[in-house]
Amino acid sequence: MNSAIAQIGLGPFLTVSAALLVLGVFGIFLNRKNIIIIMMSMELILLSANLNFVAFSGALGDLSGQVMVLFTLTIAAAEAAIGLAILTVYFRNRGSIQVEDVATMKG
Amino acid sequence: MIQLVFYVFSAVLVASAAMVISARNPVHSVLFLILGFFNAAGLFLVAGAEFLAMILVIVYVGAVAVLFLFVVMMLDIDFTKMREGLQRYAPFGAAVGCILFAELVMAGLHWVTSPVMPAPVTGGLGEPGGPMTNTAALGTLIYTHYILLFQLCGLILLVAMIGAITLTLREKPTGRRQIITRQHERMRADTLEMLDLPLGNGTNSNGGFLRPPGSYYDTAVPGSYGIPSSDSQVSETGKGEPE
Repeated sequence: MNSAIAQIGLGPFLTVSAALLVLGVFGIFLNRKNIIIIMMSMELILLSANLNFVAFSGALGDLSGQVMVLFTLTIAAAEAAIGLAILTVYFRNRGSIQVEDVATMKG
Repeated sequence: MIQLVFYVFSAVLVASAAMVISARNPVHSVLFLILGFFNAAGLFLVAGAEFLAMILVIVYVGAVAVLFLFVVMMLDIDFTKMREGLQRYAPFGAAVGCILFAELVMAGLHWVTSPVMPAPVTGGLGEPGGPMTNTAALGTLIYTHYILLFQLCGLILLVAMIGAITLTLREKPTGRRQIITRQHERMRADTLEMLDLPLGNGTNSNGGFLRPPGSYYDTAVPGSYGIPSSDSQVSETGKGEPE
């Protein structure tokens, strides 16, 4: 076990991660109209998952958790790039990024 | 000492996450997101993931958050209109958040660890004081045990890059693109014409060009190079290359 995690304990790490997750979910509900903040909340949720991975990786002395974080970071970066590109195109076409308007794109 | 560092980092992280979702101005949200990522990198350092901490700063702060900042600043959005309905959704969101947190706490309280600890896949690679640094151990793992996943990540990044470019690329009507088939179909007779010019006159009487008009009418701007600017004549003589 990592010495720093042995001193702090796994619990505080998991608590911080849980708080981040809850804040991210709350942010999605709070900013229903602003899709940019919703995407930032998704980043927060992914960050909390990464924090969990890193904490368990340190506590178990197993490096695979950190490898998984590396892959998660990759996916998160790709997701943010694609999401923001879609947002830009949508704004260019519609002149607004109101989330409610997106429902009109259905068939 | 390390506890103090941990609590400072986590307090700032949670506070900045709260500011991200509650800031009035989205630019402030992005800036708080950057602060949160820095503190998360600090937490990663405390947990012993040095390489990932640096990657978090480089990828998230340097790329993702700045991308967010660009988008927020470039799109001209009325953000005050978006704050409407905040009070309506807040209780519902708070309820969902409370339920989620309560579930997480319950899961944490009834946590049972197996008495038999599975041997780590990676053996004690990257332990502090071990034979390898964290970065070297991660590299050893990625390029051996996880090579296929690593390649897949590269593929996903490539697809994302191509997708983002094709989504946002705008065809300009005046842009000059290379048409490969047309280049291949080009014959010598289409493009080259031998003229007997009087000595000293140059090519001015022929429009300044020594190529047959059909080979450049499509691409040249009307009115230049002696091309008549009326559209009818252009379409008559030009080959008309549909894209």
